[in-house]
Amino acid sequence: MQAFAALLDGLAFTPARNAKLRLIGDYLATTPDPARGYALAALTGELDLPGLKPAAIRALASERVDPTLFLMSYDYVGDLAETVALIWPLAEARRPPPSLAEVVEALEGASRAEATALLAAWLDDLDADGRWALLKLLTGGLRVGVSARLAKTALAAAFGQPVAEIEEIWHGLTPPYAPLFAWLTGAGPRPDAGAGAGFRPVMLANPLDEAQLATLDPADFRAEWKWDGVRVQAVSRGGERRLYTRTGDDISQSFPDVVAALDFEGVIDGELLVAAADGTGPAPFAALQQRLGRKRPSVKLIAAAPGFIQVYDLLFDGAADLRGEPFDRRRQALERFLRAASPKLALSPLTPFARWDDLRALRAGARAAGIEGLILKRRDAPYLAGRPQGPWFKWKRDPLTLDFVVMYAQRGHGRRSSFYSDFTFGAWTAEGTLAPVGKAYSGYTDTELVELDKFVRAHATERFGPVRAVAPGLVFEVAFDAAQRSSRHKSGVALRFPRIKRIRWDKPAGEADTVAAVLALIETE
Amino acid sequence: MATRPFDWLELRPEGLYCRPADLYIDPTRPVARAVITHGHADHARPGHGAVLATAETHAIMAVRYPDDAPERQAAAYGAPVALGGVRFWLAPAGHVLGSAQVVIEHGGARAVVSGDYKRQADPTAAPFEPVRADLFVTEATFGLPVFRHPEPEHEVEKLLASLTQFPERAHLLGVYGLGKCQRMLALIRAAGYDAPIYLHGALIALTELYRAHGHDFGDIRPAAGASKAAFQGALTLAPPSAATDRWARRLGDVKAAIASGWMGVRARARQRGAELPLVISDHADWDALLRTCLETQAEEVWITHGREDALAYALAAAGQRARPLRLAGREDDAE
Repeated sequence: MQAFAALLDGLAFTPARNAKLRLIGDYLATTPDPARGYALAALTGELDLPGLKPAAIRALASERVDPTLFLMSYDYVGDLAETVALIWPLAEARRPPPSLAEVVEALEGASRAEATALLAAWLDDLDADGRWALLKLLTGGLRVGVSARLAKTALAAAFGQPVAEIEEIWHGLTPPYAPLFAWLTGAGPRPDAGAGAGFRPVMLANPLDEAQLATLDPADFRAEWKWDGVRVQAVSRGGERRLYTRTGDDISQSFPDVVAALDFEGVIDGELLVAAADGTGPAPFAALQQRLGRKRPSVKLIAAAPGFIQVYDLLFDGAADLRGEPFDRRRQALERFLRAASPKLALSPLTPFARWDDLRALRAGARAAGIEGLILKRRDAPYLAGRPQGPWFKWKRDPLTLDFVVMYAQRGHGRRSSFYSDFTFGAWTAEGTLAPVGKAYSGYTDTELVELDKFVRAHATERFGPVRAVAPGLVFEVAFDAAQRSSRHKSGVALRFPRIKRIRWDKPAGEADTVAAVLALIETE
Repeated sequence: MATRPFDWLELRPEGLYCRPADLYIDPTRPVARAVITHGHADHARPGHGAVLATAETHAIMAVRYPDDAPERQAAAYGAPVALGGVRFWLAPAGHVLGSAQVVIEHGGARAVVSGDYKRQADPTAAPFEPVRADLFVTEATFGLPVFRHPEPEHEVEKLLASLTQFPERAHLLGVYGLGKCQRMLALIRAAGYDAPIYLHGALIALTELYRAHGHDFGDIRPAAGASKAAFQGALTLAPPSAATDRWARRLGDVKAAIASGWMGVRARARQRGAELPLVISDHADWDALLRTCLETQAEEVWITHGREDALAYALAAAGQRARPLRLAGREDDAE
């Protein structure tokens, strides 16, 4: 437990992805079974433990600590699990701290009441870091900035395997993954991917450099729309149905309406979208976002924002693995496959073209909701895991741009830890004040970063911890893929994928764009 | 007896004042006569007429305020000094080199003003000596039960493990210049780390002073003038403000560690930009504050600064009368 606690602690304070990969990789490579398996399960969100409510944890603490002192402390620390971890009194006699495996195995199948009793005994035996890790484990959500994908990437790297190999067999495995570690350490055979409703690693496209087109023969490629939704893999095998994101996260629960439509035997690849109210096509991305956050969507929400899939590939037809077949063959099979399918599984149409210029014109006109450009696929390419160079290209439409005023700046980490490198920018409201519309961390050179840092220091008006408020005077030309309504921002709008295109040292802040200008760019259904 | 009046000790805008001796303890503004508990800037200020302190504290003040020239009177720990009919002596406080509690005996009663103190072992400071008191004046910087400082050796292990795990990164440890810096150097050396350690310019003079007092820190080098390559995988110490700011740029890819009692609270560590927070403090933690106040057997405890309310509450619950003084001018963050 203490080693796992040290890992979580390190991850919580380490912002850089590569450093996180090393922390996880080193832990997995050096920790014995079954502890590392359970740790991997915790990081990938596969650990199924009885969740304890904050009230139960609080009640436990109140048995040990004076309530007035507890309240004063909670008020100061601000986080319940952390307060309890820190304030828990030293036990008179401490046994050796429990191992992670001991904790997980004891909790499996324990009732909430049993779990609470076990927790109290363990808290007595652990130190503050260990108590914090244990409480995080039991209250759900480690919140150390690690996705399931990142954990698997670290595992793959630590044992010198491609992450696609891990993904391929992942869903046939259960914690603590003894056969997986046996294979990775050379002590056992590669576990069978199984015939279950597991996730298969997806194939991704590379951005197209337009200069490349001259070297590519249009006759070798197929083109289709690049949908502005969420890439999904829908699996239905042996009565089990699953909807996965492209990183293998299971989102079946959030989309019962789509899962109900998976009335087939096989695995399809496509884009999850929400239908527009008038039924004419996809709604803007914001409508889909509403549903992504909900673990259990209401009937009303499902009716208002019904999900569907634009299907563009067939990985398994029944039990037959088609991934080794060329694109054209898979496409033919897909068209047959979908003939009898639910209308919620729409075939993503191919866009016929003869010359690249035909597509160029189409792409320029692609501003409808739900479309963010084109995808080019080699007609003879098999379905390969990962992001192989050559077979698939994404050709996004040109981004939108507006000029915004820098409002806040924050220092970065690692190489950037002494530079104000993260910026929040805003647009002018009708009242003549600035309202924040987005944040950006990229799009400038190292030399520009030095200049930006200088500007922030010279024009800071207020400090909030690591954040500086900056007097209006610095304008960014910001590129973004789309604008959408947002209830989380005071301005009422949010930008998708904002990045700094240019620093407009020449432009007076007063001439930057308005919130109204952003609103005008929101695509209507 | 129910109360013993300590009316000869009072709180004035300048600080705690001993009337019969006409003398302030750690005054925040220039006064004619002062007793200084230790060399931290929020306790030791320049401009006083006459100063009573340990020889070490005088030496520290002379380094920090080269132009300051008070009448200096040095007292060894335990050696009594009579001032205006009042008996004073200094007892070790365990906080930093030369740090002292001020023991004041007058009218048959004894007051002990502890300044800042800690109970953890520190190879660079004489260990705290509990003194029986009628009135005990304590700090409460870490006066909440969430502050329980771990063993410093355990924290130093984290730093050394990171140096091994990330050998390409420049490890930059933020430390307060007086006390924390030298204690960390001693702890790191005691843990067996013997590579060169680089020091920010602001830390050098006081570290030299510790050296002159017999503390050996091995191969210490000034950061100024060293090449960027030298910092890679090496350890550098700097004041906390420099550790996460512009000064750090000369080091390249920095892993920022901070050694402070505040690092035990995650939000606080994150706010300070620490990637490697080390919970190492030169102040008493909650358990040590309570234990110390009770050990003095004082009838009354005055709490100068920090989280006074929680400590006063807990002492009252343990049967000791306690009163927050809400002394201004003490720096919470300088730890």
